[in-house]
Amino acid sequence: MTTPQQETVPLGAAVARPTTRLTTGHWLLAGAIAVALVLPFVFRGFVIFQLTEVMIYGLAILGLNLLTGFNGQFSVGHGAFFGLGAYVTAIMMQRWNVPYYWTLPPAGLVCFVVGVAFGVPALRLRGLYIALVTFAAAVALPQLLKFNFFEGWTGGVQGIVVNQPGVPAFLPVISADQWLYFFTLAVVLLMFWGASNLAKSRSGRAIMAIRDHDIAAAAMGINANLYKTLTFGVSALYTGVAGALSALAVQFVAPDSFGLFVSIYFLVGLILGGIGSLWGCLFGGLFVLYVPNLAQDISRGLSGVFFGLIMLLVIFVMPSGAAGFARLAGAWVRRRVAPPMPPPGRANLAAPEPSGSIGPNSANLATTPVPEITEQQPVNMEAPNIRKPNRLGDRK
Amino acid sequence: MQLFLQQVLAGLANGAIYAGMALAVVMIYLAIDHLNFAQGEMATFSTFIAWQFIAWGFPYWIAFAAVVAVSFVGGIAIERVLFKPLHNADILANLVAFIALFSILNSADGYIWDYTIKTFPTPFGTKPLFGSVLIDSHEAGMIVVIGVLLGLLYLFFSGTRLGLAMRAAAQNPASARLVGIRIGWMTALGWGIAAAIGAVSGMLIAPIVFLDPNMMFGVLLWGFAGAVLGGLSSPGGAVLGGFAVGIIETLVGTFVPYVGRDLKLTLALLVIVAVLMVRPTGIFGRTTVSRV
Repeated sequence: MTTPQQETVPLGAAVARPTTRLTTGHWLLAGAIAVALVLPFVFRGFVIFQLTEVMIYGLAILGLNLLTGFNGQFSVGHGAFFGLGAYVTAIMMQRWNVPYYWTLPPAGLVCFVVGVAFGVPALRLRGLYIALVTFAAAVALPQLLKFNFFEGWTGGVQGIVVNQPGVPAFLPVISADQWLYFFTLAVVLLMFWGASNLAKSRSGRAIMAIRDHDIAAAAMGINANLYKTLTFGVSALYTGVAGALSALAVQFVAPDSFGLFVSIYFLVGLILGGIGSLWGCLFGGLFVLYVPNLAQDISRGLSGVFFGLIMLLVIFVMPSGAAGFARLAGAWVRRRVAPPMPPPGRANLAAPEPSGSIGPNSANLATTPVPEITEQQPVNMEAPNIRKPNRLGDRK
Repeated sequence: MQLFLQQVLAGLANGAIYAGMALAVVMIYLAIDHLNFAQGEMATFSTFIAWQFIAWGFPYWIAFAAVVAVSFVGGIAIERVLFKPLHNADILANLVAFIALFSILNSADGYIWDYTIKTFPTPFGTKPLFGSVLIDSHEAGMIVVIGVLLGLLYLFFSGTRLGLAMRAAAQNPASARLVGIRIGWMTALGWGIAAAIGAVSGMLIAPIVFLDPNMMFGVLLWGFAGAVLGGLSSPGGAVLGGFAVGIIETLVGTFVPYVGRDLKLTLALLVIVAVLMVRPTGIFGRTTVSRV
């Protein structure tokens, strides 16, 4: 009997944080979901499709975030898992006549297994060398999909046309686009909820501890190898499910849709959205979908130049991504609204440097967030320590 | 046996270019700890400038020298304008900056010189060398030019004060600054040299792969693979890695039956990953020691 009682002691500390009271975060979330539910009735077909894509990219970026933002491992090959998930769904639906909603779990599972298979060799490698392994995946996938040995399944270069999921009979009033939007929204919310819980759990803390310092984490009794491998798998699962949804939304899969540039876009979305932030992934999805179009509108011939300039602008204005920017802005507003809240001695501490002023040789502790912000966000899921070239590179 | 030799020599010729790109990547990596994903686009841009010079009627070698100089200055300019402000930012912010630079240069290439595929002249001709069937004169010329370039760089880094200062700045910036080396300018110089090496590689490979805005993409991938295989912290290793990757590529493509042709890239990458399993920091890379 003593053991469970002992376990409730640390849990008591967790209960002290306002789980039952509705915080600003809850209201914001409820508002966002309400807006998301109304949007498909405001806009027309193509915009609904684009919004669906934003959510799908957001989910894929979330998968990458679990790996890079929470676990500190690099991947320039998540487009491969995205493509794999899409192909699993396409093959199951079109070749084996499986209903579309049953194809998501197998797509996720296949990607999980493949992700773990990539996670095992990644264990021996660090930083950029892991990037090379995942990069191999990104380069290999289109070639494998075109390879004539698998052509019976994959359709070779031509790819597979996927039927659009029909509206279920109990909802006759909405269009197929709207139904797919709501279906995607439900899946994405479920997956984000899962990721949020994972990040707050014991496993999530272990994953983040490995990111911050894997040797120290191992010394604290965390099985670093196990967690790293599993994180790779879960990350691939998330991106794979996103790929499966994208097959439904685009209604077509082909090898060249899943080239290296998909992985690059995910990476850009992740960094600009904010490493280690959950909702920042959605901003990343928005960026990845809309900014290339925006650049094309500015100038057709120079779209790449403008896309690059916008990326540079974002990175110079918001070095820690949209989420980091919002966090700083929020802290600033809170300081303005309620100045006497923190003890006077902390007021100076509460003004963090917006850009990375941390040199490669400075101590890791210098990058931990300021106390005031951590108090207001009980579970700090950001990745302050990601800005350390010496950890992700191989030199020191 | 003849086929084997032929393929090894062809691989060596391609490998010379990969070695050039690998060395350019490592130069910048040693200076700023980041992989330059835009290295290939910088090289392509330089090659386009060379094409323009030649189209205006300049002799090949004059265009060659002018472009090397222009690229050197351009590399320094990119460092000063774009990457100096980011030198304290985290690795991922730098990554976005590289991707942005890639996108900008690639799009500018297409805008200025359009996307049609262009032929690029070679000063060596393409006849078989000395009547041999093993290697043609352009491939031999590539190997020689890259070899001379590598030799000059070796002399520069081992024999001159400036080369020593650059090595010191890369190895231990804090101490180097204390003895009066201007770290920032050493970094800029590293960028300049990398851009110049890239330009030479681009001009040498262009007659083989033809000139278009995406010319260097595949080449850079192999350059990366070579750099990683040899070890990112070792310039000599990167060069050897580049040659090795070139030879692996051609041999796999020729001699692995059935899958070799279609899955050449995949198989070659698998070989590299397998090597990394045994030597996790590349063949000549230094092992990392980390303090808890």
